[in-house]
Amino acid sequence: MFIKSTIIKGAYHDSVSLMRIARELNTAGGVIDSAIVMATKENKGIVRTSGLYNPELDKAGDNDLVITVKAKDSKSADAALEKAAELLSRKVKSAQGAALGGVNAKGIANAVEMLGGANMSVISVAGRFAGKVAADCLEQGLHVLLFSDNISLETELALKKSALKKDLLVMGPDCGTAIINGAPLAFANSVNKGSIGIVAASGTGLQEVSTLISNEGSGVSQAIGTGSRDVKKEIGGITFIQGLKALAEDKNTSLILIISKPPHPEVLSRILREVKKIHKPVVSIMLGGEATLPGKDDFYCAHTLEEAALKAVYLAKEGNMRKAKERLFDINTEVEKMAVPAAKNKTEKQKYIRGLFSGGTFVSEAQIVLNAIVGPLWSNTPLDKKYKLANSLKLKEHSVIDMGEDEFTVGRPHPMIDFSLRNKLILSEAENSETAVILLDVVLGYGSNMRPLEDILPTIRAAFNANAPISIVASVTGTETDPQVRSKVVEGLRAAGVMVMPSNASACRLAGEIVRIMANNGRGY
Amino acid sequence: MAEDIKEEFMKLFESELKVINIGLESFTNSLADKGVKAVQVEFKPPLSADPELSRKIRINSPKIAAANKKALDRILSSKPALVGLDKAINVIPGMKKDLILHAGPSVKWANMCGPMRGAVIGALIYESLAGNETEAEKLAASGKIKFSPCHEHCAVGPMAGIISASMPVFIVKNEEYGNYAYATMNEGLGKVLRYGAYSPEVIERLKWMEAVMYPALKRAVERLGRIDLKAITAQALHMGDEVHNRNRAGTSLFYRAIAPAVITTTPNSEQAAAVLEFINKNDHSFLNLSMALSKVCLDAARGIRYSTVVVVMARNGTEFGVQLSGAGDKWFTGPSPVPDALFFAGYTKADANPDIGDSAITETNGLGGFAIAAAPAIVQFVGGLVADAVNYTMAMYEITAGENNVYQIPYLNFRGTPTGIDVIKVVEKGILPFIDTGVAHKKPGVGQVGAGVLSAPAEPFVKAFEYFARNL
Repeated sequence: MFIKSTIIKGAYHDSVSLMRIARELNTAGGVIDSAIVMATKENKGIVRTSGLYNPELDKAGDNDLVITVKAKDSKSADAALEKAAELLSRKVKSAQGAALGGVNAKGIANAVEMLGGANMSVISVAGRFAGKVAADCLEQGLHVLLFSDNISLETELALKKSALKKDLLVMGPDCGTAIINGAPLAFANSVNKGSIGIVAASGTGLQEVSTLISNEGSGVSQAIGTGSRDVKKEIGGITFIQGLKALAEDKNTSLILIISKPPHPEVLSRILREVKKIHKPVVSIMLGGEATLPGKDDFYCAHTLEEAALKAVYLAKEGNMRKAKERLFDINTEVEKMAVPAAKNKTEKQKYIRGLFSGGTFVSEAQIVLNAIVGPLWSNTPLDKKYKLANSLKLKEHSVIDMGEDEFTVGRPHPMIDFSLRNKLILSEAENSETAVILLDVVLGYGSNMRPLEDILPTIRAAFNANAPISIVASVTGTETDPQVRSKVVEGLRAAGVMVMPSNASACRLAGEIVRIMANNGRGY
Repeated sequence: MAEDIKEEFMKLFESELKVINIGLESFTNSLADKGVKAVQVEFKPPLSADPELSRKIRINSPKIAAANKKALDRILSSKPALVGLDKAINVIPGMKKDLILHAGPSVKWANMCGPMRGAVIGALIYESLAGNETEAEKLAASGKIKFSPCHEHCAVGPMAGIISASMPVFIVKNEEYGNYAYATMNEGLGKVLRYGAYSPEVIERLKWMEAVMYPALKRAVERLGRIDLKAITAQALHMGDEVHNRNRAGTSLFYRAIAPAVITTTPNSEQAAAVLEFINKNDHSFLNLSMALSKVCLDAARGIRYSTVVVVMARNGTEFGVQLSGAGDKWFTGPSPVPDALFFAGYTKADANPDIGDSAITETNGLGGFAIAAAPAIVQFVGGLVADAVNYTMAMYEITAGENNVYQIPYLNFRGTPTGIDVIKVVEKGILPFIDTGVAHKKPGVGQVGAGVLSAPAEPFVKAFEYFARNL
């Protein structure tokens, strides 16, 4: 076995592009593993633990790029290093082709000049640089979507205070998505334009709700992401409240939908005080929490993202919730209908649901929905700390895990982009004779995996081969106008035997019903 | 807590969304796919990441901004003019018989690179202090000869930058601030002293320049009184020069300015013709003047407290050195890199000496590599496309205190060249100054082997930044 490395001095590339290249490199002949990273102390540590370290890397510093390859023989290692260099240069060319006039901007000020009338910045550089970049963008009078994470609370607060003074918005940090004036920013879906405005402290929640609204035939005016920490006590919901005020004022918004995990109580009351001032209907979904607002008649609560989306759609369209309730009833009826045959063909041993998620909010929603049907679930992100999995890769009984957590994403792309780790788990959970249902989310849209079927179907087939009576239940978050086209993905999954549901909530309900019916029939459980 | 939302904010929802993307390029591509206008920023991490230093810089930023504005104003309002010629010993401050001035930051004989040693040997032979190479080397190593950077004597020299006592020099005056700068006359291309050549033909040429060309030019400039170098440079930029690697237009304009006076003041018409022909045949005749005029403008911006504007970038073939307006005469140095170059037939990068010369003073003054977008004829040095040259100039606007009021780039709608390198911007943005350069053979006596470009090394700028920030 050979480990070979190249150091490119002073070459900066963002980590996600590098990981994509590394993934491509791993498919090269004779390559066992590879890493392409900026040679920071942390990255060198990761390279070391992956068994890819080479003493040459001692010479590389923070601003140097390191390519290191483990291969069967020396020739394959050399070939892989050459291929990496080629992939890196290809990246530069495609970027230049994409920008205006074929030229990238040299800096923020230059970009402002090039664009003329720039009003929004999207920042996804490494967290240690992102705070300064965001401050520079605010200085230029730009609103900010801060996709980067690993930014301190103090920095977040300072940025948001400074933005507030300048009448600008800082969405994030760790804000995965937003839709402004119909433009999908970062990991967003292509949704219809409409009159529903969204403020969300949850990226996956925003994607789910906006696509459900769009798939129901309505549309979104603006969707403002805040980053999940915005509703913490320290930040005080600065962006959340700015978003509410803006949507209250926006003449194209007729109804406002707010999404969050339960905010800090002080922040919640601040948000509700603001909601009370709004002369528009407001639908609220506080996953795992409850918000009541006496004194505002047109304030509506929902327990799932699906319920929130449907209520918003029909309140906006018809002024009442009758149709929303009908739709929910129909979906539940369909769920029950599908659950019966699925519960029948299981073996004695099959008892449990194993939920493997790429979207963090879906894991919260799964726990809320499934708790009511099958009782408590284990998780790496449990709503009740008692049910924290000791080892996130060792699932037991009913378990739902968030594979977008840092423990899974250090040194590899997010599971919405790279399915490989989840595929491994799908297969190993299918091979477990106790597994009755595998529960999945497939998130489409810009930024996500562009060929989800190609990447997941071989694993689905292998899973059914390993365990024929197993049920695989999935939701597909996306729209027809997303680059992956939702209906194509749904058809592909169904053809392979996956039970595809319109929402995460209904997929969770179906998984729960299958297990519940099995238990009632006196089999297992 | 949040006040009421302002009209200003609501404009966001009413105007076309135009996005600047810094980071993942796929986000820009997605937006382009949806028909949203977006520009990708080439992000580079900062060169220094000490949060304490960044904090000090931030706190002092109003003072720094004011100081840099002042420094830039002084550079831009300077009026450089050629006012005379004389022997180095007569005019250069601190010049002595046993002193040799060299390019870049201070360097001992033992650490000098090949071409600089060659040029020192040549200068000692030229001064008749040594009879041959061996004697010259012995003398240079003996300690009897002192060495000092040109920059510490108001002077600049291309490549090895050697100036010895009896060499004639141009006298450039800053008519606005009264300071002076000095540079030798350019010897032409091929085997020349500045590239480390010291064969008899090199010495003979220097002797001819001293005996014939110097008196002719001295008389001519005396007759003219002054030659406005700023006007020549501004016109040269409009004619395709960046006055570092391309000086064809500048040389032509200088020739037009001086020729009548050379003819009327030179008693012997054959000599007049020889002098004019020497200038005419050497496209780099103007280089030494573009360097001296840059030097005289930048020296006027020295010593401004709190200013982070770079007043010197210079290389001695071993190290690259930088000086800041607000950091006195202190040099900040790091190893000099080998340039990316186009090589003359028969030579490769393996023959190249690390970058050398005071000529990066032109970039420091918003010319050379900073003005490369004005010089489409030499884009072969930067990748072959005019767009490449424009890209380099555009990047330099990111790291300068401002734009030139006189030197303009036609292709950019006559935008002023990026001028006044701000070391804070260099370090925070991770964008290094871009320099045009000639390449010397690493062995003494060979001469020039190519020409090309390079990015300045990070180390001197990081050191300057950290020193400045620590002393705030």
